This record gives sequence, structure tokens and C-alpha cells, in this order.
Amino acid sequence: MLEIEIDGKTLQVADGSTIIEAAHQMGTYIPHFCYHKKLSIAANCRMCLVQVEKAPKPMPACATPVTNGMKVFTHSELAVKAQKGVMEFLLINHPLDCPICDQGGECQLQDLAVGYGESASQYQEEKRVVPDKDLGPLVSTDMTRCINCTRCIRFTAEIAGFMELGQSFRGEHAEVMPFIGKTVDTELSGNIIDLCPVGALTSKPFRFSARTWELSRRKSVSPHDGLGSNLIMQTKHDRVMRVLPLENEDINECWLTDKERFSYQGLNSQGDNGRLTKPMVKQGGEWKEVDWNVALDYASHALRDVAKTHGGAAIGGLLSPHATLEEMYLAQKLLRGLGSENIDFRLRQSDFSADGHRRGTPWLGIKIADIGRLDRVLVVGSFLRKDHPLIAQRLRQSAKGGAQISVLHSADDDLLIKLAARAIAAPSQLPAVLAQIVKAVCQLKGAAVDAALAGITVSTEAQAIAQSLVSGSNSGILLGNFAQQHPQAATLQALGHRLASVLGGSFGFLGEAANSVGGYVAKAVPGAGGLNAAAMLKEPRQAYVVVGAEPELDCADGAQALASLTKAAAVVVLSPFKSQAMLDYAAVLLPVSPFSETSGTFVNTEGRVQSFYAAAKPLGETRPAWKVLRVLGNLLDVAGFEFNSSEDVRAEALGGQSDFVSGLDNGVDAFTLNLSATVNGFERVADVPIHFADSLVRRAPALQQARDSATPTARMNAATLKKLGVATGDRVRVGAGGTATVTLSTQLDAGLPDGTVRVAAAHADTVALGPMSSVLNVEKA
Amino acid sequence: MALIDTISPLLTTGWSKGDAGWSLKDYEARGGYAQLKRILSSKMTQDELIAEVKKSSLRGRGGAGFPTGLKWSFMPKAAPEKYVVCNTDEGEPGTFKDRDLLRYDPHSTIEGMIIAGYAVGAKRGYNYIHGEIFDIYQRFEEALDQARAAGYLGERILGSDFSFDLFAHHGWGAYICGEETGLLESIEGKKGQPRYKPPFPANFGLYGKPTTINNTETFAAIPFILGMGGEAYLNLGKPNNGGTKLFSVSGHVNRPGNYEVPMGTPFAKLLEMAGGMRGGRKLKAVIPGGSSAPVLPADVMMECTMDYDSIAKAGSMLGSGAVIVMDETVCMVKALERLSYFYFEESCGQCTPCREGSGWLYRVVHRIEHGQGRPEDLDLLNRVTDNMMGKTICALADAAAFPVRSFIKHFKSEFEYHIEHKKCLVDPEVQRAGSGFFRASSVARVA
Amino acid sequence: MNKQNDMLSPELSPEALRKIDREVAKYPADQKQSAVMAALVIAQDEKGWLSKETIAAVASYLGMPPIAAYEVATFYNMYDLQPVGKYKLTVCTNLPCALSGGVHAADYVKEKLGIDFNETTPDGKFTLKEGECMGACGDAPVMLVNNKRMCSFMLPEAIDKLLAECN
Ligand SMILES: Cc1cc2nc3c(=O)[nH]c(=O)nc-3n(C[C@H](O)[C@H](O)[C@H](O)COP(=O)(O)O)c2cc1C
Ligand code: SF4
Ligand code: FES
Repeated sequence: MLEIEIDGKTLQVADGSTIIEAAHQMGTYIPHFCYHKKLSIAANCRMCLVQVEKAPKPMPACATPVTNGMKVFTHSELAVKAQKGVMEFLLINHPLDCPICDQGGECQLQDLAVGYGESASQYQEEKRVVPDKDLGPLVSTDMTRCINCTRCIRFTAEIAGFMELGQSFRGEHAEVMPFIGKTVDTELSGNIIDLCPVGALTSKPFRFSARTWELSRRKSVSPHDGLGSNLIMQTKHDRVMRVLPLENEDINECWLTDKERFSYQGLNSQGDNGRLTKPMVKQGGEWKEVDWNVALDYASHALRDVAKTHGGAAIGGLLSPHATLEEMYLAQKLLRGLGSENIDFRLRQSDFSADGHRRGTPWLGIKIADIGRLDRVLVVGSFLRKDHPLIAQRLRQSAKGGAQISVLHSADDDLLIKLAARAIAAPSQLPAVLAQIVKAVCQLKGAAVDAALAGITVSTEAQAIAQSLVSGSNSGILLGNFAQQHPQAATLQALGHRLASVLGGSFGFLGEAANSVGGYVAKAVPGAGGLNAAAMLKEPRQAYVVVGAEPELDCADGAQALASLTKAAAVVVLSPFKSQAMLDYAAVLLPVSPFSETSGTFVNTEGRVQSFYAAAKPLGETRPAWKVLRVLGNLLDVAGFEFNSSEDVRAEALGGQSDFVSGLDNGVDAFTLNLSATVNGFERVADVPIHFADSLVRRAPALQQARDSATPTARMNAATLKKLGVATGDRVRVGAGGTATVTLSTQLDAGLPDGTVRVAAAHADTVALGPMSSVLNVEKA
Repeated sequence: MALIDTISPLLTTGWSKGDAGWSLKDYEARGGYAQLKRILSSKMTQDELIAEVKKSSLRGRGGAGFPTGLKWSFMPKAAPEKYVVCNTDEGEPGTFKDRDLLRYDPHSTIEGMIIAGYAVGAKRGYNYIHGEIFDIYQRFEEALDQARAAGYLGERILGSDFSFDLFAHHGWGAYICGEETGLLESIEGKKGQPRYKPPFPANFGLYGKPTTINNTETFAAIPFILGMGGEAYLNLGKPNNGGTKLFSVSGHVNRPGNYEVPMGTPFAKLLEMAGGMRGGRKLKAVIPGGSSAPVLPADVMMECTMDYDSIAKAGSMLGSGAVIVMDETVCMVKALERLSYFYFEESCGQCTPCREGSGWLYRVVHRIEHGQGRPEDLDLLNRVTDNMMGKTICALADAAAFPVRSFIKHFKSEFEYHIEHKKCLVDPEVQRAGSGFFRASSVARVA
Repeated sequence: MNKQNDMLSPELSPEALRKIDREVAKYPADQKQSAVMAALVIAQDEKGWLSKETIAAVASYLGMPPIAAYEVATFYNMYDLQPVGKYKLTVCTNLPCALSGGVHAADYVKEKLGIDFNETTPDGKFTLKEGECMGACGDAPVMLVNNKRMCSFMLPEAIDKLLAECN
């Protein structure tokens, strides 16, 4: 520790601190633009100049390390004169167009200019004009306002992992820009809007739609991936106009993914595929908008009839893993009240053989904040950068700090992380390769090799991963969405668990959705004799209750989901959105609130309970789903439905658990490994593209224009293309055994194993292909 | 070939044969590489070597005049990977000594760098050569090949335990790469934007590794210092200003060129060596240390001796030893305008005060020169320079400010005349005549 | 490796790549980017100027982001981001040269060629550039031909001679 004095006050700071860090520690603000605690130090704006005793010149607080006994003056005449001088320079070429600038009211330059600027400038020469740049559908530019702080550049290079922006030309001609003709395509691009201290980079979807002081603000929680990023929802007249990160160092730090930032546009979606705002029932094949009581009556009658005639087990409940804890809890309670144990939220899972062997609720295995402390990491079966962008970001920083990250997966997408080792294998081979890694680690550690692994041969890739893992002292094994969706998911889990225990490290799952843990907490899983998500579609039910999901896009086998739903006598859908598919299969559509219009709770991947309030009033006749479910419970005479608030529901669902839920355990007992891997044909590698993963993001127009929303293709490596006799860009007909085929363009992807074809799931274009995990036949169209 | 003269040849000993005396054989014939051999065979310690350089009182010839021995002693001993870098990015207007050093005697720099590598424990070095002198870069590469072939570079040099290799890197037109950390960034394949210091290169240099960086002339002096002994070298000059120095004399003299003289030689003597004033005209002003150094009026300059301390006392800097001589045909406003344009164009653009201030200075001086000056402009210029100096990452902002302040300080009346009369005090035809560029009255177009 | 780069078209010749490899070899194995300045010069020599495709190709060859190469190409004066004439003449007009006729030499060339700075003669033969100090002020006025050939003492006769030689 060092002792220093700032403006006469003494304080202790850690060795290696800079003056600005020390000042912030004691609550003293030092004006700055280029400095940002998460980025490297540039020291270029010079706004943070302060006086340091004995230093002949003012020193930049952001870059000057504290020394013991240092005396700093942040407001002395010398300091203020230097700061005012810099402010004058910043303003001479600035357009001073605050009245038409979207940053107006929340602009660091504007704020500081009030304190440090002179009212009239002596600069009377012509001002610089900088051409604007096209950064894509999300970020809008007014480059003349840019003050060259380079925060955005450092963000792309350091946090997002690939330098997409640079400062070209020099001196006064310097311009921040992407490479000519390029846009900013990182899944984290929106953060540069927050980082830009002036109005040079602003939100394109938000542009000119509101002034900051017109907006109401509410804290919320992201409904997308399992991280549970903290949000600030900004609304005007009960319409969400903008979403910003709420800083939480333990979760999203100060970042948001573009999905989290811009998906709000889907909340305001309209039209045939947009928001459902009125209850509707299908009568004689015709859809009618009806009053709530009519619709609820209709729904309860339909469910009661099926339960009566066919028994409760004839009803299946498909719950979105993005639904709130309260919604899932009430839905399962309702279904159980009707006599059905067919309840599930694990819609994209295809292997449920761990059910009954699981020791507890699958979770991340560690705290999110502890990911950065792992020095050896193996990520298994994950499109990490797109499925968990902010966890990828954390690992990226760890890798820079010396942690070794390895990957076992069926696609070699560039994670923009320096990898220590990798094994890329066809989906059917993943269990075998993971088994090899376990074996190699056992051998390296001198632990007994499990009998089931005795006969297998360890490949060089597996050996390299094992060697990396054993060389550290704090390892973590993480199973991604792809591993969880894998047809041998339980085997992967058992192997991952075994691997971690040999290593003495942690093991966990990267939660796919906002409530991947919460679903278990809410008991939204089948009970004894009940059918899981896959089974209740495979063995069609008479009736389904669908909460927040679009099964044709959200289930492991969309085609089968569609077929079963269509066949069912009654499908009751609670959804914030409508779609053509819904109109086809449903009997009644109940418009329920998206996360922004209801209070609720998500339990994130580390088991953290995060509740939020509605940021806006429900749109049209929309009602919060928990209220709708409560009324249905009452109408169906299900006991225990006397809830007055969502808090009541939460209290019952959590049963005394508070900040973090209990019962988290990734172990599996008495489970037989399934290492078989015989596949004839082209194995499908199915990813869930980042902007198609859930109903909300699918309806966000700006995101749908982003690079990450490209039309699905049939991707394969050069050898596979050759084997098929097709060239990149050729059209191919792809089928999966059934009669339906889809026609796609081929695309070269050198990162895929031989004999695999990568076709995205969760997309209307590929629903007909059926299961995410399948053997495809491919032929030239 | 520019004219050369000397009264105490050390660095320039090998220059007499012009382009014919640069190769390894010539250098060896002059006693070249003897010091390297001596060091290696006698197993001289790093500390002994550095002590000898300290004794010589050699000060860096790149501009800042930092004691070289002291700089070398900052290098951490234990670090496994270290670098030695030579700064031949000679871009300071008026400076052209390093070009001739590498042109006529590249091996003295090479030997100096190898010895420096030995002294600081580096295994690799780079020489960063100004892009505009590509022919010199090519010659240097040839010289490197010769040295490598002769076993002076590479693994286990001359059978010793010491390994060192050296490579040339060229610039491509950016003055700021002369600033040592901008130069390091440039070698790393980036824009040459200077780094904030601390950490200094001795701790965090090339590729983040400890690095010693010196000017070409500094390295070139090393073999001579070791040859004659640190003390003898010091005694050539004056205390705290050891040895000889190359001065690049340009402008209104009869014989522009490089002159090697002992530190402390009177300016008058140097002017005489350079053939005196062109056309016998009257000396008006001198910029004694490259364009970044404050200008001094004739009478002040004539009293100076050529060493760091004397020039500093007179209110300027010895800098890189570039002596820009101006006679009475010079319009000081126009001269300043050109210099201000240079700094405006060459600012790397990262620091706000330099990026914005250098353009502001240039535009105001430009206005004055073009007859649109305002009476308050001179105060404005001084105020802008105030806000630039000492407030940036590197010294370019200061370098942009010094000329402005010194020109106004010493030649204020000429600026005032310009503002009031909207024209030069010196008639443009007189200015032209002063430049010595005469031409036929009618020009035949060729394209 | 940068997989985001999808403009790998404007191939450099094997000869150019060989030269670039030689530059790459000067630096530590994990510091290929260090060769970017030399590589861009080699590419410019071969193609005449640096198109964005050429810059992207160099970046991709060296495994660096294209914008990082573009930063370099725009930071250093002597890279040509637009086509130039067969002879690019750069005249130093900085003060030391100006004191010995640098500006007048530039004026003289302008008049002879009928072009201003940053212009190219209609026949595509000459491009004229204003240069900053070339570190050769003792030889003023100085002029650089095609970046690599330094011409000293460029008084009228020398300029006439040089222009006559260029064809
Ligand atoms: C704007 C600027 C330009 C510089 N240009 C040069 C140069 O061209 N050559 C040089 O040797 N040093 C130059 N320097 C000084 C270097 O930063 C550094 O001090 C020097 O190379 C150290 O070597 P020395 O100790 O041998 O002088 C420049 C410094 C600044 C701030
Ligand atoms: S002072 Fe000027 S040249 Fe130096 S780093 Fe700052 S902006 Fe660049
Ligand atoms: S000023 Fe022209 S070469 Fe130096």
C-alpha cells in the first residue's frame, strides 16, 4: 500500500494505482475522456491533467502511477488552467451542435465544457469536417464530433477481440474508421456507443427518437442468455426506447451484447409476426379477437375437456426457458393441478437420460466473477462467442493474462481468444474425444483410469488439451449449449464432471437461457411418469399449453413440434407475439407481457436470483402471464392459486431461497456412459444463431439486419464440398431422412470436421430439416 | 556530396574517400572492429564498459543530450530478452549528419551497436532508418551482410559467448518516428504514435522488452571512445560536454555540410568553416539545434560556443546539432509559417493539445503571412503555445511551440509590420535572390 | 488468423511475397506485423499504388487486422493511396531547403510540368508532391524520385536534366 495526498486529504492506495484510480477511490472526480477503467491507458485526451508536487509540468492522472508520499492537486490553478486549455482545444474543431445531437444531455464533453470551457472561443479559423462512416445497422456516426479519444478502437481490439476500428491518417487529419467498406460486426458493437464520450457514435435504432430527459428509467434483467445482464430500460410513454447496461461487476461488468441492447425493438414489433395485443380464439377455423374472459373461459374449457376425456397426461406443457420463474412456477402448478406431469422448459435438449441421476440443478459450477480466476479452461461444445459473448469476453481477458483456454467442439469458429489447444471433431465424436481427455488427464495425474475408458486411444489433440489442463492450478470445464443439446449430453456431463474431479477443478454448464437454472427451481420439469420436452412431442398429446415459446423454432426438433401441435385438439398459447405457425396450430392465443411489461425473476447461470419490475405498462390488452396463469388456475379450480402479486408467487417458488438458489450440483450418479459413435452420412452441426435464439430477438429489425443474422447456409469444409461435388455458393438440397428438404447455398467453412454440414437451427428456413442433431443427405440442387 | 570539414576527425575519419571508403575492408583498415575484438577477447565486464562510456561524458546526439552511459545503466540486468535500437530516423529539419555517417562509415555505427548490445546484454538490435534515404538503408543492409559474413554479427561473435544480430528497418515518411517510442511502435508495425512514459524503454521498450535506444551518432562515437579512452574523449570537448560533435550546417552559408568539431568550438569558427555567409550577406538569425530549437538572433549566436551548456544558456538547445543559418534576406514570418506547417503536418494526432494546437498555430501564422493578421494574434499565439507546452505525451508539441515563441520574441517587430502592412518586411525578390535559385526567365514546358 | 477478412483477391507476385518473407524474417517469429511497413512498400512498388484490396492482401498475409494495415498506410507520407504518375517527384520545401531554393525549385517544376502539388500530368507521367525534410538539407534543394532516389542540388539545370531523363 502507498500513502498519498490528494487535495489535502490523505489516503492509502494499492501499489501500481494511477492517480485517477486513487482519486476515484476517495470520490474525487478528475475530468477525463480517453480513460476508461476497462480499457488500456491511452493518455491522449489530456483532459485529466493535474498538478503533482515537485513535477515541473501537469501530469495526466490516468497514466501517472502513484508513488509513496505523492501530493496531488486536482483543482489547483495549474491543474485548472491545464484542463481549461485542453477543453478549449477540444472545442475548437467541435461542431457544437448539441441541440441536434443525440448525446445532448448525456454528453461528457457537454458536461465538462460547462465547467471548464470558456464562453467564447478565440478560434476563428475554419472547423474540420470529418466524413461519416457506415458502421452497420446498429451504430450511427457523426464523425465531426469525434474527439479522437480512441476508446471505441481500444474496445474492439481489447474487449471484443478484433480490431475493427482504427484511427487512420495523422494529426488533425486523423479519423476514426473501420477498414474501407467494412462495418463493425462484433456481437458487442453497441458498447462503443456507451464508450463514446461525445455524440460521434450513437444508437442507430434510437436515433432522434427521444431526448434523454424525456425518458423514464427502470432497472431490469436481460431475458436472453443465462448470464442475466443487468439492464436500464428507458421508456417514453410506456414504450421502451432504449436499453443500456446497468453496471454489475459480478455479471455483465459495464457491457451488454448487441442482442441485449437492441432486442427491445422486438417489444414494439407490429404486424402478422409482431406483438399479440388482443386475446384470440379459433372458432370454426376462423380467428376472432375476443374479450379476456371469453378467451380464458375458452382456454380453461378446452383444457378441462381434454383432462376429463383423456386424463391429465394427455396434456403437455412447453415452457420457454426465457419465461420468468413466476410464470414457469404457475404453469407447472397448473398442469400438475390438471393431472399432468408432462412439463418441460428444456426445449432444445434431446438427451434426458441424466434425469433421475442428476445430483442437483445443473449450473455454471462457479460464480461468474470467478471465471476470470480460472487459469485453465476447457470449453466443450459451445459456439461460445455467439452463445455467451460476455463470458467469451471474460475468457478473452483471462487468456491475455496468461490463462490457457482450450476448446473441444464441432466447429472451429474464431473465438477471438488465444487458444492453448483445441480438438475439433464431428458431433458424434465429441463424447469419445472428451473421454480421451479424461483418460489422458487421469494418466498425467496418476489417477486410476475408469474401466469404461481403458480401451480407448488418446489422440494428440486430446493429449495437448489434457497437458494444458494439468499444468494449471485452478481449472474449469464448461459445457456449452451445443453440448447440452447433444444426443449424448448426459455422457458429456458425466465425463465433464469426472474430468473436473480428477483435476480438482470446477465443472459447469453455460446456461443457454435466462432461466436455464430457474426452470429447475420452478419445478418446470417432468415429475414421475411425466414426459420431457422431446417425449411429449414425439408422443403427441391431445392438448398443449405453450408459455412464451415458439416450439417450431425453440425445440430440438421443430418439424416434429409443429406436427404434434398441429395434430393436437387444443393448443393454448400464452405469448407476447403472434406468428403464422401459432395461428395454424393454436386454439386460443392469450397475449401476455414480455419481460419489460411484467415483474418477474430470472435465476441466472450461477444461480443468482434477480427480480425486476415492469418497465412499461402492458401493451394493448396484454396482461402479465403470471396473472393470466393465476386466473386459469382459479377457473380450473386448482388449489393453491391465491396469489396477490408476483412476489407471492416468487416466495412460494423459491421457498426461502434468497440471493442464490440452493441445490445446485452438476454431478450424475450411477450413470452408464454412452460412447458409441457410428454415423453414416453427413452429420449436421446445428448452431442457434445469436439473433434467432428467442422470440424477442427474432423480431428486432435492426439486429435482423446485422451480419450475425445472415440467411442460413450449408457450411462445410473443402473436403466435404469436394466429396459432394459442389462449389462454394452452389445450391444444395438438404434433407434429414424424412421427405421434407430445404434448399440452401453452400459456404466454405474450413473450421468444420470432414463429413459434417453446418446448418443453423431456430430459423424458419431450416425448420423442415427436423432434429438439430441428425444425419443429412445433401445433393446438388 | 555535401562539403565536409573537420578540425578533430573522429567520426569523420573514414569520410575522406567519400563513397569509396565505406566497406568493411576500409573500416578494418582504419582500425575498425578492433574495440569489439578487444572487449570480447579481454572479457571486459558490462560494468567496466558502461563506466568507460560514463567517463567520456558522451551525451546523446539525438537531441535531448541525455548521458549515454547513464542510460545504458538503466537496463535491467536480469531480463532475458532485451534490445538495442538505433535512431536513424533523422527527420528534424536541418539535420543530415546520420545520413552521411551511414553513407560513408556504416560500420562504426554497427560496431557501436554491437558493443552497446554487449554492454546492456541484448541479443538483437534494429536500426530504424529514415524512409527518404532508402539508398542509405540499402547500403546499411549491405554493411550488415559484410559484418555478418565476417563474424561480427550472429551467434557466438568471434568465437566468444556473445551473440548479437542486427537488422535494418526503414521508415516511410513520418517525422514523429524520430521520437524514440514512436519509433518503437513503428518497428512493431504500427503507426508511430509515441507512448506515454513511464514506463521508459529501458523497462518497456520494443515488444515490451527492455530496450536501449540511441541516436546513430551516439553509437558511432562508441568505438572511438573506447579506442582513445573515456577520459581522452571527454577532454576533446569540455566538461559535461565530452568529445566531438557533428554539426549539420544549412541555409545561407557558402558551404552547407557536416562539420565535426570539438564540443565548445565557437559558433564563429563553425560559420567560418562553412564558408561564411552566402554572398557575404549579414547574419540575421540562427536555429542552432534543428527546427525544434528556439531561434537565436545573430548577436546572441555569435557569442555562443557549440555545446549543450552554452546554447542552453543563450535560451536555445543544441538539439541534434543542426545549425540553420539565416541571413537578412529571410522573412521571419514566412520562415515560421513553413516550420509551423511542418509541425501541423507531422503531429501524430493523439494528444489533443498537439493535434488541435499545431493546426491553430499554423493557421494563425499563415493568416499573418498572407496579410490577414490581427493585432491580437501575437498574444493569441503565445497563449496557444502555453496551452500546448508540457501537456502532451511527447515533445513534438513543445517543438511546435518553441519556434513560434522564439520567432515572436526575437523578431516581434517583423510580425507587427506584417500585421500592419499586410506584407513582408523583406521584399519577395530579395528573398528569392537570397535563396540562390536562379533560372532562365522563360520556362519550357515538358509536359 | 483473421477470418473476417474476405478480400484476398489482389494477389501479390511470388517475387513480392518472397521479398516480404525476407522482411518478416528480421523480426521475432510472433511479430510478423513488424514487416508491414516494408511489405506495403514492396506492394506499392509492384502495384504502383496501394488500393484497399492490396492493403487488405498485405494485412492478411501478415495476419493482422486490415484496419491496422490501413492505419499504417495512411500514417506514413510516402504510401500512395491513389494512383500516381510513372515518376513521383517529391520536392522538399521545408525551411532549410527553402533557404537554398526549395520552394523555388518546386515552383519551377510546377511551371515546367504545368501541374500543382498532388497533381499528375495528363499523360500520366509525373506526379508532384510537396515533401517534408528528407534529412539531406546540406544538398538543398533536394528532390526524391519515386520515393527511393534522392536528387541533390536541384537548381534549374539539374531539374531540366532530370526531367529530360524521365521517359
Ligand atoms: C518529435 C521528436 C523527434 C525526434 N527526432 C529524432 C531523430 O530524428 N533522431 C534522433 O536520434 N532522435 C530524435 N528524437 C529524440 C529521441 O526521442 C531520443 O531522445 C533519442 O533518439 C535518444 O538517443 P540519444 O540519447 O542517443 O540522443 C526526437 C524526439 C522528438 C520528441
Ligand atoms: S505531442 Fe503530438 S506528436 Fe507527440 S504524441 Fe502527442 S499528438 Fe503525437
Ligand atoms: S529541409 Fe529539406 S532536406 Fe532538410
